[in-house]
Amino acid sequence: MESLRHEYGLDKPVMIQYFDWFGGLFRGNLGTSIYYHEDVGKLLGDRFPITLHLGLVAFIISNIFGILLGLLAGIRRGTWLDAVSTTLANIGITIPVFWLGVLLIYTFGLKLHWLPIYGYTSPFEDFWLNTKQIIMPVICLAITGMAYTARQMRSAMLEVIRQDYIRTAWSKGLHERTIIMKHALKNSIIPVITLMGMGLGMVFGGAVLVETVFAIPGIGRLLVTSVFAQDYVVVQSGTLLIAAFIILCNLIVDISYGWLDPRIRYN
Amino acid sequence: MTENTPTIQEFIEAPPRVNEWRRFIRVFFQRKLVLFGLVILSLLIISAIFAPWLTPYDPYNGNLSESLAQPSSNHLLGTDIQGRDTLCRLIYGARTALIVGFATTLTSAIVGIVLGIVAGYFGGIINMIIMRAMDALMGFPMLLLALMLSAVLGSGIQNVIIALAIAMLPGYARVMHGLTLSVRENDYILAGRAMGADNQRIMLNHILPNTLPPMIVLVTLQLGTVILAEAGLSFLGIGIRPPGAAWGGMVYDGYRFLLSNPVLSFAPGLAIMLVVFAFNMVGDGLRDALDPRLRGIL
Repeated sequence: MESLRHEYGLDKPVMIQYFDWFGGLFRGNLGTSIYYHEDVGKLLGDRFPITLHLGLVAFIISNIFGILLGLLAGIRRGTWLDAVSTTLANIGITIPVFWLGVLLIYTFGLKLHWLPIYGYTSPFEDFWLNTKQIIMPVICLAITGMAYTARQMRSAMLEVIRQDYIRTAWSKGLHERTIIMKHALKNSIIPVITLMGMGLGMVFGGAVLVETVFAIPGIGRLLVTSVFAQDYVVVQSGTLLIAAFIILCNLIVDISYGWLDPRIRYN
Repeated sequence: MTENTPTIQEFIEAPPRVNEWRRFIRVFFQRKLVLFGLVILSLLIISAIFAPWLTPYDPYNGNLSESLAQPSSNHLLGTDIQGRDTLCRLIYGARTALIVGFATTLTSAIVGIVLGIVAGYFGGIINMIIMRAMDALMGFPMLLLALMLSAVLGSGIQNVIIALAIAMLPGYARVMHGLTLSVRENDYILAGRAMGADNQRIMLNHILPNTLPPMIVLVTLQLGTVILAEAGLSFLGIGIRPPGAAWGGMVYDGYRFLLSNPVLSFAPGLAIMLVVFAFNMVGDGLRDALDPRLRGIL
């Protein structure tokens, strides 16, 4: 017991343990997991691609559908399209993602037998099986972000189509498609881009729940297991990895403003 | 639109100020979804307060001979593996949701408002320290931050409240900071200072009341978010210890019997969704009634 404590450095004071871990960080050494008896860097390296794969697919889908739904709702305000889109957005914001996962598993897995209910296979091994396995988790990860994007897009769109330059575009006799795609969409997308940075955070926060529901061996599942195993080294390093990734993505979002809207300049 | 347009005479004789309270009531109760939300919230609060009188069964100790019973007239939503009545546990779960929701929101709102107002009012180095710390907290996804904090603090309902309150803090601080910056520039603040009011008095008596409407809306909307996050944590098994009843945990417990007793998972999830929906609708209604200009900001 004593020798084990010494091996993992648990006999040292907490602050020293933390500085040991922090020092190791700069040397690319995240330490050894107490629970898995493996190098933390390797543990995270094995699982991060899975979470990233699901997360990016969900992120892309949530933005495409969110923008589309919000756009349609905005330009067809007060019609059935608006009603459907707003209702979907309300459901997406309020539904617990893990419960949505349970509902999907019940309907498409247990009752209809269309999709496998758990697991993850690498797309390089069996692409078709992988696609079937990730459909439901991706829906769960995407729904909240999609709902927020749709809501933001709708209100931005309603704001933009009242502007004078849109009226000018109409009076020039432009086609509706041209007005929406060239003039309205470009001007209403900035607040949605801001939301994208947050959306990524939601995807990774949701990964903790979704990977638990669908038994996917990603970083979210690893974090939950490590919390229960009191494997602090893994929890610390995993959280740091995700936070670093999100900050990086927010930086990209910030830089993209200047490119999307030439009025914004950084000194 | 009022039903009968006033004549010019009536218009002139009418009091110059619109009755703010009546306008608020009219706009607030206009939307059917707000009323729906209020009904759900009343039901929630009633079940949370009167849980022991509403439920005929013990929510913690079940009758094992009735394990996994299907819904019937005795057990409207059936029973779980330990023979505990689902509806009964659902009603006790309302207590957990409300306690965590209100305690978390109250704690994080008070601390967040103080931090935001101090940062916005004094500016400079104080502003930088507080707001950069909030930015650092914002870097983590909320659920992940709460999970990590719960890991450090250990299980138990008060630790979940602390973890969630810290995770929710930056939202309040940032909004309050922004509001303080704009309210601070008003002439009445200058007038107050000219009359010799000190910093504390200006912050408490002049800035705070003028930021209250948006903060009330934010608090209502965040209540839904907190309840959703608490459900997520209890689904993962963090928070209230067994045999205590929490909706997220009930979804997880029922998950194993999804094929034979789907209601065990379906009912608590629906309860979470309805309550979060209700808080969001009431929050939206409050926003439109208190200050329609807030649309798009909150």
